[in-house]
Amino acid sequence: MDPINAIVALLNFVVIPATAYGAQLAIGALGVTMIYGILRFSNFAHGDTMAFGAMCTILVTWLFQSWGLHLWVLPTALLALPFGIAATAALLIFTDRAVYRFYRRQKAAPVILVIVSMGVMFVMNGLVRFIIGVEDQNFLDGERFIISARTFKEMTGLDEGLAFKTSQGLTIVTAVVVVAALFWFLNRTRTGKSMRAFSDNEDLALLSGINPEKVVTYTWIIVAGLATIAGVLYGLDKSFKPFTYFQLLLPIFAAAIVGGLGSPIGAIAGGFVIAFSEITVTYAFKKVLGYFAPGGWEPDSLMQLLSTDYKFAVSFAILIIVLLFKPTGLFKGKSV
Amino acid sequence: MKKLLLASAAAALTVGAAGAEDIKLGIILGYTGPIESLTPSMAAAAEAAIAEVNASGKLLDGATVTGIRADSTCVDAGVATAAAEKLVTGDQVNAIIGADCSGVTGAILQNVAIPNGVVMISPSATSPGLTTMESGGLFFRTSPSDAREGEIAAEIMKERGINSFALTYTNNDYGKGLADAIKTSAEAAGITVTIMAAHEDGKADYSAEVGALASAGGDILVVAGYLDQGGLGIIKAALDTGAFDTFELPGGMIGDSLPVAVGDALNGSFGQVPGTDAPGMGILSGMAGGAFDVNSPYTPESYDAAALIMLAMEAAKSSKSADFKDKVLDVANAPGEKIMPGELAKALDILKAGGDIDYVGATDVELVNGRESSGHYREIEVQDQKNVTVKFR
Repeated sequence: MDPINAIVALLNFVVIPATAYGAQLAIGALGVTMIYGILRFSNFAHGDTMAFGAMCTILVTWLFQSWGLHLWVLPTALLALPFGIAATAALLIFTDRAVYRFYRRQKAAPVILVIVSMGVMFVMNGLVRFIIGVEDQNFLDGERFIISARTFKEMTGLDEGLAFKTSQGLTIVTAVVVVAALFWFLNRTRTGKSMRAFSDNEDLALLSGINPEKVVTYTWIIVAGLATIAGVLYGLDKSFKPFTYFQLLLPIFAAAIVGGLGSPIGAIAGGFVIAFSEITVTYAFKKVLGYFAPGGWEPDSLMQLLSTDYKFAVSFAILIIVLLFKPTGLFKGKSV
Repeated sequence: MKKLLLASAAAALTVGAAGAEDIKLGIILGYTGPIESLTPSMAAAAEAAIAEVNASGKLLDGATVTGIRADSTCVDAGVATAAAEKLVTGDQVNAIIGADCSGVTGAILQNVAIPNGVVMISPSATSPGLTTMESGGLFFRTSPSDAREGEIAAEIMKERGINSFALTYTNNDYGKGLADAIKTSAEAAGITVTIMAAHEDGKADYSAEVGALASAGGDILVVAGYLDQGGLGIIKAALDTGAFDTFELPGGMIGDSLPVAVGDALNGSFGQVPGTDAPGMGILSGMAGGAFDVNSPYTPESYDAAALIMLAMEAAKSSKSADFKDKVLDVANAPGEKIMPGELAKALDILKAGGDIDYVGATDVELVNGRESSGHYREIEVQDQKNVTVKFR
């Protein structure tokens, strides 16, 4: 019986990675859900918006690094983040003025806007690859670990290591701050309230004198902020490669839909549900159970419910179950 | 159209003068996709062999050979088949050098090469499945089967005193074939395989995969994947969580970019990649002149693949696949005069006179099982963030 090692192993391989991944998905899903709630379409370009924001941040980070500008133990990318957000906001507002506004004035059906956003996705996709290329880019600097597996083993004398990366800590802290700020903005400020009013009932909002163009512009700016932050955190934690951002779109949409499209709190819950289900259901519990079992009773098999090949099947099975029994998602979003 | 007319007019002029043939060879490799960093060097080496033959002017009494590149993408069988189809029916190539990755190679062989009766020699397809695949005598490869790589990997791990390992592979023909080969050979050598799990390329997060691998445990982790795809993601996640410190890296993971991307932590990891210290390597390296890098994986094999096709044509006195397909083994294997890289002119002379050659080439070519190289490997160890060759096998 060795419960401490079991808990450490579980923390190291399940809880910490899933929490960080969940936070990244949650911030991404918040962006998707904001657009769905206020502009009323599913924005397929969101993954590539994240890639664009991360790319701008990386370019500014490299500039700062060449100037010798550093942020003590934290990644320099944090300093560059506001510039990345500004550039992304400019791109999104430009896209809105050039593309989406036309369809909005036509009162186009949401499905048309979805197709349009796919077109935008391919353009952004090409833009990012054209500027920074298709390869992996590494832009993480500063201290890599808050605590590394080896130091932890030396400190505690346990058999199991516990690694906690700076990028993971940063992701979790930033997610909390961003979510708090967003909720404060939506619930307490005049602009935030007008956005919610616009989301609840467009006609009534227009009648009460809310300027729709202003609401749309603010939405895109907030989405740019969320997308860039999610993109940069993901890039710091794993690595930046345009193709993987495109692939992130699926889990992000799954998170937003499970939580309830249009519901910010649902997006956050959805992010964690998807991340934890992907990792725990396919985790091999051999080691963890081995520590709990009395001597000689350790399991020989892997104690794995499903092979990791099926991790996407798991998140989509959850998605289908939620949609069957609660079509509006866990937190009463708009029905899809 | 105008350009095409001009080009064909020019070609007609040069050919017409000698009254000789214009031979076309398709070079179908993944210029985009997972191994896009390796293919430029491979194609340049194949073109070097073509240039050498053209310079000699001795092939089939002065025929000129043109290489035509086409993109196999390495992973998309549909795109690769279409590209090969265009080469065979549009450009009317006489033979194909390629393809590169095993999946697309099998697809092109079945859908294009066999129906049209065109010879193809792959420099880099290594799936064991291709050893037995029905080919109508049209398919050869200058790369060895992964079954051989499995034996080498087991041998290296045994020598390094490894008793158990976890194994992850990229979920495609290449990864699965190689992983099976490594597992079989390792178990025969008395090494325990704790888990064998697939990973998908280009995914957002590999914590789940690494969690399962770590739980199964083992002295090291064998990563049969691609160095700029999921393989890199797995290694990073495994190092970050402290799951594994040392990795065994098969051919698809050997490249200059991996130690740079991962950093110090990869030092001490080891692997193997097809390659040889055969004297031919030195000669080819001298001939490269900066156009290609002989130490880049599958580059010398590409030179050999192109050379074999052209020598077989001379031996058969015909550029038609149906005629020279039976001559490939004759020129590649003993008996006969040994031919090194840069001696293609001499080889053509001997063949013309009706003599026998044994093409040695850059990689000590010896075709076994009627179609594939017997295989020479470099044992690599990562030292100071560089891939260093420590031994030849």
